[in-house]
Amino acid sequence: MASITYRDALNQALAEEMARDDSVFLMGEEVAEYDGAYKVSKGLLDRFGDRRVVDTPISELGFAGLGVGAAMVGLKPVIEFMTFNFSLLALDQAINSAAKMLYMSGGQIHLPMVFRGPTGAALQLGAQHSQSCATWYVHAPGIKVVTPATPADAKGLLKAAIRDEDPVAFMEGELLYNVKGEVPGPEDGDFVIPLGLADVKREGSDVSIVTNGAMVHLALTVAAKLEKDGVNAEVLDLRSLRPLDVDAILATVRKTNRAVVLEEGWPYVGIGAQIVSIIQDEAFDDLDAPVVRVTQADIPMPYAKNLEVMAKPSVQRVVDACNRVLYRN
Amino acid sequence: MAETRTKAPSVKRSEPAKGLEGFSREQLHSLLRDLLLYRRFEEKAEEAYAIGKIGGFCHLHIGQEAVAKGVIGPLRADDYVITSYRDHTTAIAKGVTPRAVMAELYGRQGGAVGGKGGSMHIFGADVGFMGGHGIVGGQIGLATGIGWAIRYRGGDQVCVCLLGDAAVNQGAFLESLNMAAVWRLPVIYVVENNEYGMGTAFKRVSAVPIVERSRGTGVPARAVDGQDVIATWKMFEELVSEVRAGAGPQYVDVRTYRFKGHSMSDPVSGTYRSKEEVERKKESGDPIGVLRDRLFEAGLLSQSQLEAMDAGVRAEVDEAARFADESPLPEADQLYKHVYREINTHGRLFLDGREG
Amino acid sequence: MATTVHMEALSPTMEEGQVVRWLKAEGAAVTSGEVIAEVETDKATMELVARADGKLRKIFISEGGVAPVGSVIAVIGAEGEDISALLPDGATAQAGGGGAARPAAAAEVGAPTARAAASVAVPPEAQPAPAAVAEPTVVVEEPRSDGGRVKASPLARRLAADGGIPLASIRGSGPGGRIVKRDVEQAAKEPAPLARPALPPPSDADYADVPLTQMRKTIARRLVESIGPVPHFFLTIDVDMTRVVDARKRVNALLDSRGIKVSYNDIVLKATAVALRQHPNCNSHWGGDHIRQFNRVHLGVAVAVDDGLITPIVRDAHVKGIAQIAEEVRELAGRARERKLKPDEYTGATFSVSNLGMFGIEAFTGVINPPEAGILAVGALEERAVVEAGQVVVRPRMRITMSCDHRVIDGAQGARFLETLKAILEEPLTALV
Repeated sequence: MASITYRDALNQALAEEMARDDSVFLMGEEVAEYDGAYKVSKGLLDRFGDRRVVDTPISELGFAGLGVGAAMVGLKPVIEFMTFNFSLLALDQAINSAAKMLYMSGGQIHLPMVFRGPTGAALQLGAQHSQSCATWYVHAPGIKVVTPATPADAKGLLKAAIRDEDPVAFMEGELLYNVKGEVPGPEDGDFVIPLGLADVKREGSDVSIVTNGAMVHLALTVAAKLEKDGVNAEVLDLRSLRPLDVDAILATVRKTNRAVVLEEGWPYVGIGAQIVSIIQDEAFDDLDAPVVRVTQADIPMPYAKNLEVMAKPSVQRVVDACNRVLYRN
Repeated sequence: MAETRTKAPSVKRSEPAKGLEGFSREQLHSLLRDLLLYRRFEEKAEEAYAIGKIGGFCHLHIGQEAVAKGVIGPLRADDYVITSYRDHTTAIAKGVTPRAVMAELYGRQGGAVGGKGGSMHIFGADVGFMGGHGIVGGQIGLATGIGWAIRYRGGDQVCVCLLGDAAVNQGAFLESLNMAAVWRLPVIYVVENNEYGMGTAFKRVSAVPIVERSRGTGVPARAVDGQDVIATWKMFEELVSEVRAGAGPQYVDVRTYRFKGHSMSDPVSGTYRSKEEVERKKESGDPIGVLRDRLFEAGLLSQSQLEAMDAGVRAEVDEAARFADESPLPEADQLYKHVYREINTHGRLFLDGREG
Repeated sequence: MATTVHMEALSPTMEEGQVVRWLKAEGAAVTSGEVIAEVETDKATMELVARADGKLRKIFISEGGVAPVGSVIAVIGAEGEDISALLPDGATAQAGGGGAARPAAAAEVGAPTARAAASVAVPPEAQPAPAAVAEPTVVVEEPRSDGGRVKASPLARRLAADGGIPLASIRGSGPGGRIVKRDVEQAAKEPAPLARPALPPPSDADYADVPLTQMRKTIARRLVESIGPVPHFFLTIDVDMTRVVDARKRVNALLDSRGIKVSYNDIVLKATAVALRQHPNCNSHWGGDHIRQFNRVHLGVAVAVDDGLITPIVRDAHVKGIAQIAEEVRELAGRARERKLKPDEYTGATFSVSNLGMFGIEAFTGVINPPEAGILAVGALEERAVVEAGQVVVRPRMRITMSCDHRVIDGAQGARFLETLKAILEEPLTALV
């Protein structure tokens, strides 16, 4: 066990899985000689060589398709998108090939592969580099989606994603790479977190904040602030968007009777819309208030510092949402 | 039946048997029989579609049978073939049974993928036939990945990627051939150049001839008459062994012609090509006719042999259609199967409130 | 061969049924055993099943229409088959809500003995078996009065319903006057604040006419039939519940780990069952030309449901322990409220018990459920001042009133039964010896 960064936790996961299984290889832009655009793959080229750690041309559609093809015949590709913003170029292969291959082939061909990289906004990167992309991947049946928020979750879930027999979109966060946390090391054994299990990051009784990814940290800040006002918020980190831990969502709403769903992306058919749909359908009688969502503003991300802050979810907006469902004026 | 009508060739060959030396009579008869099989199969599919047994899209390979046979024939069982949605005969050529293909067209349990794919998604992973893909050019990246895996594992298989002429304009074509060249992948990109992308003549959408389209990527190109199964077979036999020996990716312009419309829903001729062009091509450029006439000339085939061959393949195709018709529709429980290979222990995979 | 579909007797006391919903339309194919309609009986909503294969050629009664048991409501036949012979004379679709003429053999109070055959005139070719599929799945919606829907969160509704607090009596503090959890919690603690509403002038919006449901019609009919012909007389006792209060505490402590809670009523039920075994003349049915004395005690326990009342039965209450009785009563009451009781769960009681104590009713008189001969009306458990050995002391007391059918039970017999019951309640150990 050690306190390491999210980035290093991912590095450990990659190294452990590549050592364990020769069919795992990492491919993407700048992953080898550059040590990774965000240094996630630092040292892997030296350790595993250029057969297994591969720099690609800037051809997202091309190398995503290559990854799918390799998985079709039994390899386990980890395809890195420098950011998921660029993966929109590859969506044809992700959705039309990866998601649908098993079904179209009547079960003959499965794809044990991972698409990974950072998603969501960082700081002042502008409209085209700040996209939260989970919706596009989670929308298609056939792809699993994971969004870890902490270093330990990142390690355990990446190992699980690589071992999973189906395509997994593994979505990290640029602003998460430096977050530190306690992570079991290789000396602690094979640390794998199964997909489909949410995690209560903070227990509470008055209101549930259901969230994922980078927003988990925002939720925890909000909870600390509410505590000073005597409100005890529970923070549920979904961790896995598909498979989705519906039981955990229902349990937290049953416990507190009120929910705020917090997400990084746009509101219209964002992740939270599905969560709200589930809550009102399956936990209707436990609700004392409507479920309120907090999302990015329904606009492209602006560059100016003040506008960007206004566009993103903020502590105040989440606190206001909590107060609304608590009927506190 | 135009295919079984012999006629005097318009240009008398001086040595009809020249070029056929590498093939025994049995092999030549087998080639012709397979061309006839593909033709009769596609005709049967056309008939079945017209009476409603087959629904959706149905893209026929009529006129292009020699490409299926000539390109795929020389391959080993452990080589891979991947193609577009015009995949019925290429699937059969690689080893998927006619029954399985027909039943898949009919959408039945006995189909190659249990009725869940349809005409555009025939798969036979156990015989190296990797689909059947619906997005134009979608298979190009996949083929490159299969080539990657072969090299990764140090094997000597090859991957043949069939694509249409119009597909070379997809960005994925450039991206894939570039990567294949950089990494020397054992992939042969075979353009079934039938001159038209649906209703658009290739020369209207490319400033250069198709054989030159791989130039910028570094993948060497060649061309062959795809209506001549012997020429096609010979080229590919040679090419495949070069690639197996490490020559790297190849690009081939196989010149062919499509006798029917782009799909069952599209006109054979009319606005985009003239009827008499089609008739001309059928008259002098039918791959079955080309081989047949050559064999007759060389004294390697008789009329009665030809007719017996045709009767044989018709019976085979009829049996496939009967099998397909008698095969039941998929069970209701197939609806949610094969979406995920691994049903995770935790969490819900289906969010429609109906399943799980 | 075409066949007729009848309004079937889907409950033992049903005389007419209301078609809630046709699941198949005219012309649809049906198979034998398939559910084709949902019918509201006097007790619950039941499924009507096709008894032949074919097409539903004609439907004679639309959704909402009422038809007497035994009448023809549809025809099943093959496509193109001549069905004119099976059409009822002057058959027309009955409009919703219209009552049908009663069959000649209307219910006669007390005449037949077995309940199941009581009041149904069924043509010979019909098969009035109970519905093939046991549990009705449609819950009939309560009628809503015009306008005025109370705004409350789903949770608040549930808490108010569980706590027996009418939503209309709670003031909502949420947006738009929404009643929320804290409002219900507040109302449970203290009386409602005095509201001084502005009074509008009288108008037609002041009232709403509620059509009678089958259940309400049945209750009205049967109890009028009961009070009329059944010569009721009433006996009241006042029971000292000191030992029952203590016993209940101790029993519940024992059962705590099993999550079972025994109520006072459960104890009264058990004591009643034990006492009835000793007085079989009270555990009896009036049979017209005979009296049937039962040697097993099946107690009907009155349960208030949305629109009325139903009496699910605890069978063999005389041999069951109070924990089992408590569980069964809880379970039956829950399903009764959801209208999911099967006919054999509310028919066949030998005696009934009704308890209005939770509303603070000190004492009341119940109406006997024929052909039973008696019913107990249990009042509230209250601390009262009583005189003991010349001193005024405070004791927990409970008044129980027995209504008796004088044709079966005489005054002294009823009195002796109540004496036994009182003795058991005042010294629960009596039931052990």
